[in-house]
Amino acid sequence: MINFDYVRVSTIKAAVDAIVKDNNSLWLAGGTNLVDLMKKGVMTPQKLVDINNLPLKEIKKEGNKLIIGALALNSTVADNELVRKEQPLLALAVQAGASAQLRNMATVGGNMMQRTRCPYFYNTDMPCNKREPGTGCGALKGFNRMHAIFTDTEKCIAVHPSDMSVGLVALDATVLLSGPRGDRRIPFQNFHRLPGNLPQKDNTLERGELIVAVEIPENKLNKHVHYLKVRDRTSYAFALVSAAVAVDLEGSTIKDIRLALGGVAHKPWRLTEVENFLKGKAATEVNYKQAAALAIRGAKGFGLNNFKLKLAPNTLVEALKTATGKS
Amino acid sequence: MEKDKAPDRIDRVDARAKVTGTASYAADHKIQNTVYGLLVGSTVAKGRIKSIDTKAAEKASGVLAVLTYFNTPKLPGYTTGKDPSKPPTGGQPLRFFATNEIFYYDQAIALVVADTYERVLHAAKLVKAQYEKATHKTSLEDNLATAKVPTGPRQEDYTRGEADSYKNAPVKIEQEYYHPVEVHNPMELGSIVAFWEGAEKVTVYTKTQGVQATQKSISDAFKLPLGNVTVHARHIGGAFGMGLRTWPYEIAAVMAAKKVGKPLKLVLHREQMFTNVGYRPATKQKIGLGATADGKLIGLTHEATGNTSAYEEFTEATVNISRFMYACPNVTTRYRLVPLNVCTPIWMRGPGEATGAFALESAMDELAHALKLDPVEFRVRNHADSDPEKNLPWSSKYLKECYEMGAERIGWKNRKLQPRTNQDGDWLVGYGMGAGSFGAMRWVASVKGILQPEGKLRLQCSVNDMGPGTATMMTAVAADIMGLPPGRIIIEMGSTGLPPGPMQGGSNVTATVGSAVHDVCFAMKEQIAALASKAGSVFSKANSQQLKAEDLLFSENGLSLKSDTSVRLSYSEFFKQNGLPAVEVTKESKGTEQPYSSYSFSVHFVKLRVHPATGRIKIDHVVSCADAGTIVSPKTSESQMIGGAVGGIGMALMEDMVIDQRFGRPINNNLADYHVPVNADIPTVDVLFVNKKDPIIGPMGSKGLGEIALVGVAPAIANAVFNATGKRLRELPITRDKLLEV
Ligand SMILES: Cc1cc2nc3c(=O)[nH]c(=O)nc-3n(C[C@H](O)[C@H](O)[C@H](O)COP(=O)(O)OP(=O)(O)OC[C@H]3O[C@@H](n4cnc5c(N)ncnc54)[C@H](O)[C@@H]3O)c2cc1C
Repeated sequence: MINFDYVRVSTIKAAVDAIVKDNNSLWLAGGTNLVDLMKKGVMTPQKLVDINNLPLKEIKKEGNKLIIGALALNSTVADNELVRKEQPLLALAVQAGASAQLRNMATVGGNMMQRTRCPYFYNTDMPCNKREPGTGCGALKGFNRMHAIFTDTEKCIAVHPSDMSVGLVALDATVLLSGPRGDRRIPFQNFHRLPGNLPQKDNTLERGELIVAVEIPENKLNKHVHYLKVRDRTSYAFALVSAAVAVDLEGSTIKDIRLALGGVAHKPWRLTEVENFLKGKAATEVNYKQAAALAIRGAKGFGLNNFKLKLAPNTLVEALKTATGKS
Repeated sequence: MEKDKAPDRIDRVDARAKVTGTASYAADHKIQNTVYGLLVGSTVAKGRIKSIDTKAAEKASGVLAVLTYFNTPKLPGYTTGKDPSKPPTGGQPLRFFATNEIFYYDQAIALVVADTYERVLHAAKLVKAQYEKATHKTSLEDNLATAKVPTGPRQEDYTRGEADSYKNAPVKIEQEYYHPVEVHNPMELGSIVAFWEGAEKVTVYTKTQGVQATQKSISDAFKLPLGNVTVHARHIGGAFGMGLRTWPYEIAAVMAAKKVGKPLKLVLHREQMFTNVGYRPATKQKIGLGATADGKLIGLTHEATGNTSAYEEFTEATVNISRFMYACPNVTTRYRLVPLNVCTPIWMRGPGEATGAFALESAMDELAHALKLDPVEFRVRNHADSDPEKNLPWSSKYLKECYEMGAERIGWKNRKLQPRTNQDGDWLVGYGMGAGSFGAMRWVASVKGILQPEGKLRLQCSVNDMGPGTATMMTAVAADIMGLPPGRIIIEMGSTGLPPGPMQGGSNVTATVGSAVHDVCFAMKEQIAALASKAGSVFSKANSQQLKAEDLLFSENGLSLKSDTSVRLSYSEFFKQNGLPAVEVTKESKGTEQPYSSYSFSVHFVKLRVHPATGRIKIDHVVSCADAGTIVSPKTSESQMIGGAVGGIGMALMEDMVIDQRFGRPINNNLADYHVPVNADIPTVDVLFVNKKDPIIGPMGSKGLGEIALVGVAPAIANAVFNATGKRLRELPITRDKLLEV
């Protein structure tokens, strides 16, 4: 651990100003990810700006949108009545993450911003293009069991570990930001990014931009939902693969559908093409299997994670079956 | 005490202290002016330290010292070439800062001392070393060709009857099994507080499973008289074997405390728990097993190759279980070692046997399948009625009873002989079983009992309680004999200076220390009876004969005459009349060589389900049965068994220290990535005890329990997976990917 300064702010403006002023500063929310990374020497901010006093904890309905403050706790989101009633997929996804103790500390903003759990990223004596661009990807020929099967580069095959984000990307959420140049909205789909030539960049947030809230539009997708997370133990483990499914069924016809996968890419993996394929089709296992085959097109294994090429489509089928009561 | 009868279910006597935080573990001991030490580890797995730059660290605020190879004189005990910390078997133990050679990744190259924990954390990051790197070897599987015969114990191959005769059997299997490195990972980290009084006397609070052994190691290393070294370890937050030797970090902390002349506390990081304090070695095994068509074993060959370190030889009894577990006329065992650039392994719960039983019990299941026989029936047909290795009768053996009651409880009759024929929706259901055994040992212990006038009994022994419930067991034995409620018994343990007890290892403690408590209590009763017989006492007035212990009733209210309970005295009155402050008895108690073979036995049954589409596995039910002689403390014994089942589930499904062979270093050395089971993984675990006295081992007839709780669980799970899916998995852990689309 390095020595660092600590300040606490209570307005959005002060939070943004503090970060802009000081290039080597970071916001501290629940601290469950950042403090670990500091202990490991992976992130070395010289100043922490504690944002827990900002008034960003609220979960509310505004018009036909559900707005969740960036500092709402993961446990609060998972238990919230509005969320459970209107966007139950999100509640399930959040609930599947980490452990009760961590969810009691972790915030929505921090969860989106959490960094990959790739062991090469975590160990400062190992090569990692994300931590130290140019040093190579330790995972490519190393222990890559947890790693991506969809990627645009071999420079980094890390996955984004957030479960909540898989739910949010499926639900067409929007991220609300406040920064030095004012406010901005980003569709959740464009928030996280593929590594490309800049594996060190996890997302499209710019320096000084604070996540203020996420917004989810109303939908009719709250009756048939499932979040299936396959992991190495029943709880308190990151996903090998996870699938988020929300379906609007009319009889046994799929009227509308949202699908996303976790544990397969550098970002939560929305399956728009597969959704389009299933829309208007019957909710049958045969169709689900075809959809899953479509979902896995373009995927590639790197050795130890080859099993995901089967696990990902199978998990999607299972989640669809469970969501629509076909199991 | 009443034999073959469970006494009351005494609660764990230190449970309240533990859950309320008043129990003090090594690192909890607060001494004024304590400074903090931290180890800095090597970033290479093999080579030599060329130089270490400690300047920045030394200049950092609060730093008192940085110990390295370049500035630390060798300890007096190091020059003799003798071994100060008692390595498991052979070789030269590692001594931090006595050599510039690097044997493994994260081997300590420096110990930084500062006045606060935060400052030492900061300063430790500033130490930078230059290495002359060499090519490391860290993979067992890649280096099997270099396997060698141990130079110390366990070097002899074993043959009974004809060697490798399984090959000629009408029905046979020959298979290889593997499990990776498993790490003890007790919740409590390795920790020590050390302080010197002058240059000649040192006291330590440390995480050890034997205070006397640690005392000896420190006294040898620093060439101090034994009496000048005091070691305390009253409470231990689990150890599972990692505290069975004195580790280099402990000696280094004592060194550093001396150098700075202040009390020093050193707590390992979780990462260092993976690299510096042992583990269960990775082991490759091969079993050849042959039987007649009607299922009588003809030949068994068991070969095992485990890893050791590049500087020491660690061996364990991996293949031994195959020599005595079943009646088989022809048995061959071979045991080899591969030295690797890793820390030396150390015994881990069910050491050797747990590893060996995974292979043997899997192979038994494979052969039962080949014979189309029920695996329980197959084992019963090959039951060893006496010890076939030693040619001795068993001191006691109720293994068949274990098979029977476990099969009944799990619903074994619902198991399908044909695998993959039991389906529940998309899930495949399977049943499996595995047996275990471990030597029932009784060593030497001294216990002192002090009966105080207020009717409290203090029991003293240097043995400690790393969690199995030793203090509770001692309380149970004494309460029963002395007619005292458990709350009247005070256990003083875990310190040198108390009457010497054994190490907490090999499941010996109930038989060893329990027997000593038993003997002390009986001697105390006799002593009291002799006092009561003295002329003038109310008892001798009422009873002219010489009184024996059994003529008196002992209770919390004092003494009374059995034949006339109105003749009574409180202990305080009784002691006053005898002019005594208390009654004290010290006894040494030990087992004797007997023409019997003593083992504990267990059988574990598992019901589970596998979801082939996603590789998910769910254990529905575990039934663990044990023949461990008399169960003196049922509640803590059940907890032991449940803990063993949980450990076995971890071994079967999760535990795996992954080493990136390119770098020679573990990459999941933290508790987020190194998986052990969570509550949600654990089903109902039913524990069944035969609870029959072993007539040989000691006065209570208790055999050991801690190891057999785990031995045999992992193969029971692997066998159930086979029964569910038809796929035999011979490499642990059985992770989701291996079950995908089975
Ligand atoms: C052992 C373990 C297991 C876990 N398992 C899972 C799992 O299974 N699934 C899962 O999804 N997660 C898991 N997590 C991760 C957990 O969800 C994250 O640590 C948590 O969500 C981070 O939130 P936080 O508020 O603590 O963030 P912090 O650690 O406080 O911050 C993380 C980062 O976000 C930045 N940040 C915080 N708030 C904002 C904001 N409003 N705007 C801009 N930037 C911000 C910080 O500057 C920092 O860089 C696990 C964590 C641990 C330690």
